[in-house]
Order: sequence, then C-alpha cells, then structure tokens
Amino acid sequence: MAKQYKTLGDDIWKNKVEKINAELFTLTYGSIVAQLVKDYEDFSEVNKQLEKMGYNIGTRLIEDFLARSAVGRCQDFRETAEMVSKVGFKMFLNITPAVTNISADGREFSLVLDENPLAECVELPDQALVDELWYSNILCGVLRGSLEMVQMQVDAFFVTDTLRGDDITEIRVKLVRYLEEEVPAGED
Amino acid sequence: MASAQAPAKLINESAVEFLTTEMVEAMIRTIKDDTLRLGTDRDPTFGNPNDGAGGPKDYSEGDEAMEAVYYKLEMIGFRVGERLIEKISKDRMRFTDNLDVVKFVCKEVWMFLFKKQVDNLKTNHRGVYVLQDNSFRWFTRMAHDQSSAESVKKVTPYLWFPCGILRGILSNLGIASVVVAETSSLPACTFQIKIAKTA
Repeated sequence: MAKQYKTLGDDIWKNKVEKINAELFTLTYGSIVAQLVKDYEDFSEVNKQLEKMGYNIGTRLIEDFLARSAVGRCQDFRETAEMVSKVGFKMFLNITPAVTNISADGREFSLVLDENPLAECVELPDQALVDELWYSNILCGVLRGSLEMVQMQVDAFFVTDTLRGDDITEIRVKLVRYLEEEVPAGED
Repeated sequence: MASAQAPAKLINESAVEFLTTEMVEAMIRTIKDDTLRLGTDRDPTFGNPNDGAGGPKDYSEGDEAMEAVYYKLEMIGFRVGERLIEKISKDRMRFTDNLDVVKFVCKEVWMFLFKKQVDNLKTNHRGVYVLQDNSFRWFTRMAHDQSSAESVKKVTPYLWFPCGILRGILSNLGIASVVVAETSSLPACTFQIKIAKTA
C-alpha cells in the first residue's frame, strides 16, 4: 500500500506540478516567522499564529490535493498516514517524511522529516530555544486543516525538531474523531 | 549555505502561493489583535473554518490599520529581497550602473520569482523606472471575477510583499529606493522604482 502511494506521489510530483526554486519559499517563511516574533514576542503565541495560518492553508490545499491525486477515501487512519506522507508532502514540498510509531489502536502516528524546506539554513536565536518556538508549526496547522476537510479531526504537534538541537524532527498526529459528513453548503 | 554545485531544491509553486496569500491574511489578523488588546478577546476566530474561506476581505477598515499591514508585508518582502539577491547573484560580476541593476531585476530576478521576464521597462533616466508585467504570475491564479475596481482594491495588499522584495534586493546592492506597485487591470501590474539620488 505504501509502495503504490509512493509511486503515485512521485508521479504527481514529476508530471502534474508546477515547480519553482524553493529559496523564495524558505526565505518568505523565515521572514514571516521573524515578523510574527516581532509582533507577538511571546513564542507560544507565535506557535499559535503559525498553526492558524497552516490551518487556513490546509482547508484550501486539500482541494488541490484531491484534484491532482484523484484518490478515494482512505480505509483507515494508517492509510491516511501513508497518503499524507507519500502523496501529500511529496506533492507540495517534494519531501517524504517517514511514518513511524503507529499506536496499537491505529489512531496515532508520527511523521519524521529528514529534510524540511521551511527550515533550510535556519538557525534559531537562543531565546527561541529557551521559550519553545516550534519554527515549522505551520505544518501542524496544514495537517489539521486539510484533514478536517476530509472529515477527520486531528491534533498535530511537534515532538522534536532538529532546529532545536534534537536528533530528529517529529510531528505527532492523533485522530480525535471522525466528523459527520455534512451536505456541502454550495459554492465557496 | 548550499554549495554552488548542489542542484536547486524545488517545491510546488502552489505552496508559495498558499503561503503568500495566507501571509496577507495573517498580517491583517495581527493588526486586529493589536486593536483588541483586551486579554480575553484574543483571536476569537481561532479555529473557525470560515476564517480561511473566500478571498481577500474588504480593506476599508481604516487607513491606519492598512498602513500597518502595508508596513509589515513590505518589511517581510524587504528581508526576503535582501537575502534572495545573495542567492541569485552569487556569480555575477558587479553591476556597472543602476540601469544595469534594474535590467537584472527585470530579467533574472523576475525569472526566478515569476518564471518570466518583465514585459516592458521604461525609465526617465533620472532615477525612475517603471516595470510592467502584463500577466503577473501571482494574480493569474487568484479569482478576480468581480468588477474591476473591486478586484483591484482586493489585490492591492498582495503587491506590497513583492514591492518589499524589490526594495530589499536594491538595498543589498547598495541602492536606496522607494518601490510602489499598482494595478488597474488584472492580471497586469506595474512596479515603479524610484532610486534616491546619491548624496
């Protein structure tokens, strides 16, 4: 199952995506974080704002994802994990985080990122380390927003980040509950 | 820093668009948070899925507020521009004059950012340069099916970030400038660069 998603993800990246140099993306994100840090000073608030930005992006991005991948509904949360890592991340960021630490009940998994375009060549100032800034927290919001649009309420949060000196960069994703399918309200 | 030999890392262009679009909304939210400053009222729309729906909102909520948004977006762009030029022009010879720099912006920089060159460059040879892009890439994917005037008003904040990028690029090359952009008929837009006279 993972293999077919990998093939799908690779194929979409290769053939269905307009690509651009990642520098603009990396620099823009860094500049946004810097601005938020100036505006809010409190790093936990910055984390929240990044998550919220990600949430908004996620709610829009899912359409792009569904249109390009033309995949059906995932059978279970494990499949969701594979879809997210091998198709979702690949399609947008050209990376494939590893899916690890799936819980026994299958309602939690981790994504371990061995590369992160948001954080290329980024160094956190000491204060951000002390006060727990999760630099790439926008990704957690994107996960939450996009999965909500396909009827899954999840919590997504960083466990560790190499930017903070940790060994690996790990996002934990927990399924809170499946949401009732709502009748579409009409045009956006 | 990436070595000159390493191939450029690529990402999906829509990732950039999603980010820059949301960036504008986020900066407007920071202004609203400032004015709320009541403690309990922080970010009442947090987690509201409707917050992200639809396009740019109405920006007639006070010139002061939008000026603050302008300042933030322009500064975000400025920082990007400063660092971007280091990456784009690593191997370049030094520029001969300001016109040379602006031409570089019209060609290489525009190519890097927007995958095309500026369509038209005009100058009065006295420090003012007008760059015309007939099909500004970041606009071509935005919905603009409302009447012209309304659309123009809505997209204006999305121009502040690229203005900052240009100003940052010039600044890092030792050129002080003022950059403004305008659009009267989407998806075309013009950027006007005014280069300060050297003392």
